[in-house]
Amino acid sequence: MTAWLVRRVAASVAIVFVVVTLTFILMDLAPGKPMLGPTERLADPEAEAELRRQFGLDGPLGVRYVSYLRQLARGNLGASFGLRRPVADALAEAIPNTLLLAGAALLIDFLIGLGLGVYQALRVHRLPDVALGNVTLFLYSVPTFWLGLILLLVFGAWLRWFPVGGMSDPVLCPTVSSFYCTMDRLWHLALPALTLGIVGAAGTARFQRAAMLEVAGQDYVRTARAKGASERRVVLRHQLRNALLSFITLFGLAFPFLLTGAVLIETIFAWPGMGRLATDAILRRDFPVVNAAVLLASTLVVTGSLLADVLLAVADPRLRVRDLA
Amino acid sequence: MTEPLLRVRDLKTYFVTDRGSGTAQAVDGVSFDLYPGETLGIVGESGCGKTVTSLSILRLIPEPPGHILPGSLVEFEGRNLLTLAAPELRAIRGNQIAMIFQEPMTSLNPVFTIGDQIAEAAIIHQRLSRKAARARAIEMLRLVGLPDPAERVDHYPHQLSGGMRQRVMIAMALVCHPKVLIADEPTTALDVTIQAQILELLDRLQAELGMAVLLITHDLGVVAGQADRVVVMYAGQVVETATTTELFDRPLHPYTEGLIAAVPRIDAPKSRLQAIPGQVPAATAWPSGCRFHPRCPHAWAKCTIEEPPLLGEGGHTARCWLVQEPARRRREP
Amino acid sequence: MTLQAWFALLAALALAAWAVGALRRRTARHEAGRRFFRHPTAAWGIGILAFFAIVAVAAPLVTSFDPRQQLDIVRLKNQPPSWSYILGTDLYSRDLWTRVAYGARISLMVGALGMLVAVTLGTLVGAVAGYYRRWVDAVLMRGVDVGLALPRIFVLLIAIALFGRLPLALLVLVIGFTSWFGTSRLVRAEVLSVRERDFVAAARAVGAGAARVIFRHVLPNAAAPIIVSAALGIGNVLLLEAALSFLGIGVPPPAPSWGNMIADGAPYLATAPWTTLFPGLAIALVVMALNAVGDALRDALDPRQEAM
Repeated sequence: MTAWLVRRVAASVAIVFVVVTLTFILMDLAPGKPMLGPTERLADPEAEAELRRQFGLDGPLGVRYVSYLRQLARGNLGASFGLRRPVADALAEAIPNTLLLAGAALLIDFLIGLGLGVYQALRVHRLPDVALGNVTLFLYSVPTFWLGLILLLVFGAWLRWFPVGGMSDPVLCPTVSSFYCTMDRLWHLALPALTLGIVGAAGTARFQRAAMLEVAGQDYVRTARAKGASERRVVLRHQLRNALLSFITLFGLAFPFLLTGAVLIETIFAWPGMGRLATDAILRRDFPVVNAAVLLASTLVVTGSLLADVLLAVADPRLRVRDLA
Repeated sequence: MTEPLLRVRDLKTYFVTDRGSGTAQAVDGVSFDLYPGETLGIVGESGCGKTVTSLSILRLIPEPPGHILPGSLVEFEGRNLLTLAAPELRAIRGNQIAMIFQEPMTSLNPVFTIGDQIAEAAIIHQRLSRKAARARAIEMLRLVGLPDPAERVDHYPHQLSGGMRQRVMIAMALVCHPKVLIADEPTTALDVTIQAQILELLDRLQAELGMAVLLITHDLGVVAGQADRVVVMYAGQVVETATTTELFDRPLHPYTEGLIAAVPRIDAPKSRLQAIPGQVPAATAWPSGCRFHPRCPHAWAKCTIEEPPLLGEGGHTARCWLVQEPARRRREP
Repeated sequence: MTLQAWFALLAALALAAWAVGALRRRTARHEAGRRFFRHPTAAWGIGILAFFAIVAVAAPLVTSFDPRQQLDIVRLKNQPPSWSYILGTDLYSRDLWTRVAYGARISLMVGALGMLVAVTLGTLVGAVAGYYRRWVDAVLMRGVDVGLALPRIFVLLIAIALFGRLPLALLVLVIGFTSWFGTSRLVRAEVLSVRERDFVAAARAVGAGAARVIFRHVLPNAAAPIIVSAALGIGNVLLLEAALSFLGIGVPPPAPSWGNMIADGAPYLATAPWTTLFPGLAIALVVMALNAVGDALRDALDPRQEAM
């Protein structure tokens, strides 16, 4: 078991490494210079050369790459071109915000999605299932950013139940007690997290419904009934436990979805998180930030998948204990 | 004359097919009795309805595509299982009437230990504590002949071989000492040598626990070795009922004759395998009259029009007009 | 809208409905066809897809204006839906329904072609990996892992931002190149299981080369997940294109794509919500239809699986 784990971790690290390298090379091969578009150029070639020297962009690719790696090993993510501050600082500010958003969305996603999926499977083909099935189909098919806009319109502009953007009220928070500040933050968190969470929940519900139905047709469920188990016991103990195994793989896929969603949702709701930071940096060709963002993103995705694999190995006895027969 | 433990009368289980080809009358008027302590074999080819019959007894038929018609009777100790309220039915399942299935691998839950699964019946019906139930499970594993029961009890199904899994299923079924054990093709998925072991085990347990066994199989050899009485099924109906010796000595129904003749024998000089010509008809379109007539070497006009009831006397009946008109029986060609 | 356009629109609706009926009749003889139409949403899905396809093809017929035509920048800016402009007008006083119709052309084309590229690549890679196994498989699948390690939007953002705005053809290619990883895994799994079957061994025993075995024997049997993946894949590509256009780096204005129409309408969300609502609704409807069709296909082509 540990041998397998070590191999998986090593493979994950390798993947992140490859991704970061590819990004580095890609950024470099692109036409144009950093901070400028593909066809722009500074009027004064000397000033341009000076800029490049300043940002360590002179020298052959190989040398720069090695120096980049060495900096990375020391934990130095470099300095942002555009923001004029260490990348690590900018990230340290933005990451917690994104984590908050993604975490809240994940919670909503799984709680609602699991519940719905199981409920639908128990009432399969009857009215609640059919109606909910259509609702989840719709929510699963809408563009996330569009849903965010609509929710913003209805709940932010029309009903005024929620604020239309930002993470907190800039005036309120420093002045009032931490409880009110937290409430204010939650209030701002609600819409963006709901947007991401609802779309995710729709997908999770569909998936979980299918998993439950597949398990329901298995022989061992029939055996449990033949033993005289109550419906509740059959569903909760036998069916759910097995359906949850497939649910774990969904967990691994949630990270990429959340990252993608973060990029769009943060833009719409003016949420100062990593998605917005990365998007701005990419559009402004701020290489150090982009590299760092890519490093972070791929690490997150790979970690999520690794976590899911480990969880699965723990939960499924067929993977955990090897065949002794 | 003892009372039968289980009385099945005119059991009809139909399935709705969404193909638009109509209703599959999988079990179409099956009746038999099961007496305490006996082994009753239900034998027939695939598609004859024997598995559906066994599932219908405990109402394990999935309700949307299938349904048991009202008017069917499954009486256990005087109570009709088909009309019993759910909690009472559950009290009987696994407790007084237990069932083992054909595929032990898929019939065991892969995420629970075999100890947990055996103990479950005890926990449900006898309200044993987890510790007591676990001890019970070990005891049962010993009873069914599993080596190292104290160790194996914490193993998972995928860690056991096919024969061992079937033993576990048997242990699971017998935890509460049921009066009736329904065994649906318990050895079909196993190797021949393991088959013999499992059948021997069932024999021993039946003697020790004094229970009745409903043994469903397509294998005449198994029936010959195990059953006291036999019910032969074809096309959703019972076509012959007899004691085992009677059945093999003096089969009345041409189908039974065909089944017996199809078994290859070392002692008789035969050059070709004798198969029953034709195929089992689809459950959505049973033939008119006697359902076996398209494949029967003795069939005449009456057979195509009128469906024979069970004819004969004593314990030996057959659904065939030949019982009344034995002269119609054709000679061997 | 002119009367002619109204008639054409109604004709499109009728044609779509007829197409569903015709398809249903033609496939009624096949088991798979019947299973497909057992899903009530499947029929609606086909109908919606047919409708939008017809609208896309016959856009000039079902609309009365030019998609880039600014009707009256002073008085007809951001007008709500009315009889003349059935979906309203946008910030440049362009008729919204016209832009939705022409937008269907671009969005659907990008979706279909992008999916085509993705499925072709994914099938090839998956088939080769599954067939040859060992180190070929290991290398290819590690590559797939790398590809999956980054969310597509990042990759596309980077690619597009670096190389500047891409012509439409290149955009489709790039989208396709970043969307094939999931399909390759699926195909690989199918190929792995099919290749063990006897008919493959039989084919190889008579001397069939690898390519022949893969294309004539293995892939047709692995077709089901490929087809389902294709149907669902178009939906994903559509959503991706919408996101890119929304961020300003997809289809360049003034050419209408449903994504950049949402971007156009977003600043006026509160005052002219229809400019955001209708393009998004169009995307949602088409993706919904694709998902419904994909699920029904999955059930129809592989009865072993319990579909949604």
